[in-house]
Parts: sequence; structure tokens; C-alpha cells
Amino acid sequence: MTRIVGIDLGTTNSLVAYMKDGTPTVIAGRSGRTMVPSVVALTDNGLIVGDSAKEHLTRNSGRTVYSVKRFMGKGLADVQSELSYFPYSLTEQGGVIRIQLGEKSYSPPQISAMILKELKQRAESHLGESITKAVITVPAYFNDSQRQATKDAGMIAGLEVLRIINEPTAASLAYGLQEKTQGTIAVYDFGGGTFDISILKLKNGIFEVLATNGDTHLGGDDVDRRVADLFLTDIRKAFGIDLSAYPDHMQIVRLEAERAKIRLSDELKTKIAIDLPDGKGRFTRELTRDQLETVTADIIERTLAPCRFALQDAGLSPADIDEVVLVGGSTRMPLVRQRVESLFGKKPHCHLNPDEVVALGAAVQADILTGGTTDMLLLDVTPLSLGIETMGGVMSSLIRRNTTIPASAKELFTTYVDGQTGVDIHILQGERELVKDNRSLARFRLKVAPLPAGVPRIEVTFLIDANGILNVKASDMRTGQTQSIEVKPSYGLSDTEVERMIEDSFKFAQQDVDARKLIEARLEAGALMTTTEKSLADGDKLIGQEEAAAIRDRLSLLKAAADGNDAKAIRARMADLEQAAKPLSVAMLDDSLKRSLKGKKVSEVSKRD
Amino acid sequence: MARSMCWHCQSEVAGEYFCERCVKVQPVSKDADYFTCLGFPRRLTIDLGMLEAKFYELSRAFHPDFYQNKSETEQAISLSNAATLNTAYRTLRDPIQRAEYLLDLEAGAVKEIRSSPPADLFEEILELQDTLEEYRASDQSSDAGKQLRAQLQTEQTALERRKREMEEQLQHLFRQWDELQDKGEATSAARADRERLLKQMREILSNRTYVKNIVSDLVATIG
Repeated sequence: MTRIVGIDLGTTNSLVAYMKDGTPTVIAGRSGRTMVPSVVALTDNGLIVGDSAKEHLTRNSGRTVYSVKRFMGKGLADVQSELSYFPYSLTEQGGVIRIQLGEKSYSPPQISAMILKELKQRAESHLGESITKAVITVPAYFNDSQRQATKDAGMIAGLEVLRIINEPTAASLAYGLQEKTQGTIAVYDFGGGTFDISILKLKNGIFEVLATNGDTHLGGDDVDRRVADLFLTDIRKAFGIDLSAYPDHMQIVRLEAERAKIRLSDELKTKIAIDLPDGKGRFTRELTRDQLETVTADIIERTLAPCRFALQDAGLSPADIDEVVLVGGSTRMPLVRQRVESLFGKKPHCHLNPDEVVALGAAVQADILTGGTTDMLLLDVTPLSLGIETMGGVMSSLIRRNTTIPASAKELFTTYVDGQTGVDIHILQGERELVKDNRSLARFRLKVAPLPAGVPRIEVTFLIDANGILNVKASDMRTGQTQSIEVKPSYGLSDTEVERMIEDSFKFAQQDVDARKLIEARLEAGALMTTTEKSLADGDKLIGQEEAAAIRDRLSLLKAAADGNDAKAIRARMADLEQAAKPLSVAMLDDSLKRSLKGKKVSEVSKRD
Repeated sequence: MARSMCWHCQSEVAGEYFCERCVKVQPVSKDADYFTCLGFPRRLTIDLGMLEAKFYELSRAFHPDFYQNKSETEQAISLSNAATLNTAYRTLRDPIQRAEYLLDLEAGAVKEIRSSPPADLFEEILELQDTLEEYRASDQSSDAGKQLRAQLQTEQTALERRKREMEEQLQHLFRQWDELQDKGEATSAARADRERLLKQMREILSNRTYVKNIVSDLVATIG
């Protein structure tokens, strides 16, 4: 079986890992760093990803995309309140956000696909083989649309996504493997943009998730924003400058806020210095850990309610939890650790690097799928209740939250009017009574043969697979025929759109390859022309005039080809030139051999000549 | 597991999940109830440790994770079996759901929703509904509001106690039912016992659901 890699596609950073001789291992890049910043920038030389893209945040902010994960599976209305924070421009098309980069606009799965491609290449160059299959992690509390968007991103990147796995459960796999943990554990996963809590029972290699909860819009980003707002207010007061008019500086402030937050995990106070635009001076201040904790306490507090709900759903009290595991960069904040400790009444566990543990777990799951690891099995749950719209705008729940997946539910539909030929079905996800308070997932129309009202009986099976993604099947109970259903996602790309994006991605990949081939051909052609010209100058007397003329002729042909855009033509002219120059190189070699045999230096011989 | 032929090699399969000859996974029969699916007798008392062990064992047998390299048919069977297994385990794990399911198997749907309160609770519930209405309409921070709230809290405690009593009664009936089933007598007296127990359990189960809903309503209102 071909290798499957594990990918942590994070809000701030992404990583790729694989199973190396039974040990999950994160693949580092050339720089030695394991994390690839989840940043994509459009530069004059095309799109770039990762560390180099991150540098563009502060000088090319309008064309540099970060935290794209916050937009996966979302419509513009969902992120209205925070639009002002993002320097790039967002629009919407068919229920899906689009990000404008230069002339083109991209859906969040396309941007994510660029990050995935970067990880794919990293794995390919490290392992020396082509990588086409992956396990990708998502926040446990991601809904169906967000999961589907992640799967789409994988496909666009040329990866078959064999499994979407939840980040906290992935982390538990890594812990279970390396620490042989048993008992009931709580995984508290506070990342760059999302928060998850999962309660699991670990017993004899089975990882059974009892309950999960979270907030897919709560993370380190929110902490940074608070701190940045603090600086911006100071700057406005002291210098009278409103930095919101300077997008690049807004990013400088945001990144400085992030760095200060990170430093304050180890130190009690830190110095901040930000150069202001237009030579208006330099803003400096001190930030203490106390101050940081004061302005962000409520954000951290917001993680505790989901923890209580998860415990309640699992039918457990904090005392029943044997171990608390911390995952995600934001859990490095001392206040977070303190609050978690006081909620669960025990010191949290963080033996594995909280930045890498999710990717490691994804690699373990990948190994389970390839059949390498056979003693471990993850039984995960669906985080949100799934239902359909019924009369009066009420949601009728079919599969309850925290149901072990795969999970299925069957529902029988009939008609209310004679001769009715279709039944419209609206699928929802959420915990509220009313349709309008829940998340619309998709709509589809059941086709029904025109019969008297109440006679048709169509059974619809709603199946949530092991990825937490919904599949719908319908069969006519009278005829036994199954019907294929075209589900129209409310906040997702249609199949056709995904296909087009895959094609685009290949087309661009082809364009990229072509561009690189052209550049390489030109470079090599340049080198060949230089050496041939030099040889000709040195040795044209060794060959006949006709031969020399032929070489000069081919040289000018190659020069013309190298000015063009056809890499193949350049290669062909290069071959021609090499062919024509053969007598010259042979003659020169003979000549130099003769001279060396005479025991004389070439330079001396040249002088005499 | 009334299936008699392996879908793959057509040899006989005697209710096993894997064909003895070609070792291919077999679909859980549509006719198999959750007890059969998990290999437990149709009883209302189940050892939860054994149930969990069986669930884990079958999860290892069916989970789609282990069918990644198998044919499409096997993957489809694995997915559907795993989904059925999960539903079966979820249903049997919880004593109330287990009883509702068993009653459903034995005597048809019990899950009819009560629209009026159980007779012995009738007056109490009517009064409670009035107090709830009053509380919702009142200024909840006023003294009168606080008083109503305190009243509702007392009511909640009483109802929760009532619910627990019903559950204890049910446990008692569950044991009686299992004993009766274990004896397996076909006398008319046994049949009459059976009918009586089914009726009693059904009555208490639906009363319990009614009380449970009132309590959640209460909790949602007074927090």
C-alpha cells in the first residue's frame, strides 16, 4: 500500500508527519523548522507559501492571506463582525467566501490547497517518493460544511483525503501510543483560531470519544487582537495616529502583539517597540503578564463552558477525569494552564510538543489506515446534532450530537398532495429548536412518481461516515429502487466547482512547471553559449572555416530560441549547437592532449601559437 | 443474522459475521435486532462491562479503518455494519432506551408521546404549569419573581425524586421480566404475567418521559 501522510492544517501553522519505523515523525523543511506558517502571498513572481509568504504580511498585507481556516465552509455573513481585521478583501459567491488576490479570487479551499501542496512537496522531497494520500486533521467542532471544505482543499491539492480526523482525538492517539495512557482523559485543544474539548476513554487500544464540544471561532488570534487593540489605542492617544489607515502597520502591530504574548508565557514583563509610519516616531511600552491576563481573561473563560458541557454530555464530573492533555500553541499561556487546572482539579499534562502532537496523531491514524498499526482504533463522535426541517420551521433531530460515527438514521417520506412529484428536504446541523438558529447544511429534492397523496414511500438514509461527513441515500420502498441525490450544499463548493478548481490547480501546476522548465532551459542555454563562444575564440583555428561558420550559425539560432518562450525549442537548438560544436571540442581535446604529452603547459603553448 | 449465503463465495454462512470459507465480512441482517447483533439474549438487565467488551470486539471487526485496502463492497458492508453496531450499542447501553426498544420489539411502538399528565400527577402538574407561566411573565428580579423561582426549584426537586422512584420501579419490573423470560414457560399464567409486565413498564416509561420533559422545561426556564 502506498504511503499515507498525516497533515495538521492549522489556522496559524501547518505540519506534515509520517510513521517512521513505528514512531510518528514530523518532517522539517530545509530551514530545520517543522511548522509551515499557514500564509499565502501573491508576489510579483507568483504565489508563495509559508515562511517566505509570512514576510510579506507586513509589506504586502493586501495580498497576503493568513488564518484562512477561519473562512472554511463559511459565508461572508458569518464573518461580518471581523472583516475589518483582515487586510485582504473578501467577497462571496454561491454561499462561499472568495478572497481577492490581485486579478483573481480564490475560495478558502483553494488557498488551503496551496498550503497543502507545500506540505506535500516537503514530504515528497524528504521521502523521495510521490505522495498522493493523506489524513488531514480538523477541529472536532467543525461542522459538515467545514469538513467538506477541508476535503475539497485536499482534492484541489492533488491529495486523496482518506480520512478527516479530529484534532484533539489525533492528539490522544499520539499520547496513547507514546505514553501508553489508559483511563478517561480530557483533551483541551486551544489553537490559533479554534477551541476544542474532547473527553475520551482509553482502554486496550480503543480510543472511544465520549463527548466533544468547542468553539470553531475562538483561539490565539482573538488573544492577539485584544493585545493589538491595546497598542492601537495607546498609539492613537500618544501620537494621534489611527493605524487602521495603514494596513501594513496593522499587521506589524498584530505580529508584535503575538510575539509579546508568546514572550509573556516565560517572562513577567516585556518591552514593545513599533516604528510608526511616515517617520512619525517609535511607539514603546511595557506589557506585563498581569496586563495581558486582564485583557484576555474573558477569552480564556469562554473555553470553560464547552468543557462543562462536554463533561455533562459524557455523564462525568471533573473528578472522573484521570488526565488532562494540553494541545495547541495557546495552551502555553500560564493563565490557560491555571484555569484548566482549577476546572479539572489536576495538573494538565503536556509532555509532547503541543504544536506537533496533532500532526503526530494524524500520522498514527494514517498508519492505522495502511494496516501498519493494528492494535489501536479510534471511535469518534459527531460534534453536532443532525436533523431536517419540519413544519413550522422546526428542526427535527435525526442523529444526536456525540453519537459514535459511523452513524445512520432512516426517515420515511411521503406526499401530501395527489400527483406530487417531489419532496424538498433541508438538512441542518445544530442544537437549537428552530431552523433559523441552526446551521443550514444542504438541500435536496426527492423525486417521487406522481401518485395519490400518501402512497409514495421513500426511505432516506442519512449516514455520517467516519470522517464526520454526511452522505444521503434514498430508496423507494414500493419499487425498491434507489435514487441518486444531488445535494446542494448551503455553504460549500459544488462538485463541478471543485472539479474546475482541481483542473485549474493542475493547469497552474503545469504552468508553474512550464515556467520553471523555461527558466532552466534559458539558464543552461546561456551557459552553453558562453562556453561555446569561448571555445570558438580559443580554438577556431583547429577546425575548418565551414565548421566554424556552422557553429556560429547554430549559436545565433539558439540565441533567438532563448529569447522566445518555448523550452523545448531551446533544448532542440542546444542539441543542434552541441552537435555542430563536436568537431571543435574533439579538436580542442586532441590538441590539449598532444600538448600535455609534450609535457608543456597549455598556457605556454597558447603563447607560442 | 438469517443470511444463509456468503455474498462473495456463495457458501453457507450460519449467522457469522465472517464467511468461514473466504473470510469476507458479511452484512448484519436487516432482520437482526440489536440484542442479536451484539450477541446478547433479549433481556432488560445487561452486564455493561460485557456489553462494552463485545462492542469493542465488533468495532475492531467492522470499523472502516480496517477496510481501507478492501473491495468497494466490503467497504460498504463495513460502513453499514459499523453504523448499525453503534446504534445497537447506544440503544442497549442505556437501561431506559433498552427497555423502550425491547417493548417496541415485544409489543409494538411505545414511544407515543403523552399529551396529558399521568393521573396521579395531574393536579400537581397543572399547578406547576400555572406557576411557570406566572414566573415567565413576572419581573424575575423582583421579590415576587424570586419567590416563584424558589417555588419552582422545590417543584423541580420533587419531580426529580419522582423520576428516580419511577426508575427504581422500572428496575424492579425489569428483573421480573427477565426472570419470566428465563423460565420460558408457555402457560397461560405466564402469558398473563407477561402482558401485565409489558403494560406496567410501558405506563411507567411514558410517565417518566413526561416528567423528564417537564423537568428539562423547568431547567431551561429557571436555569
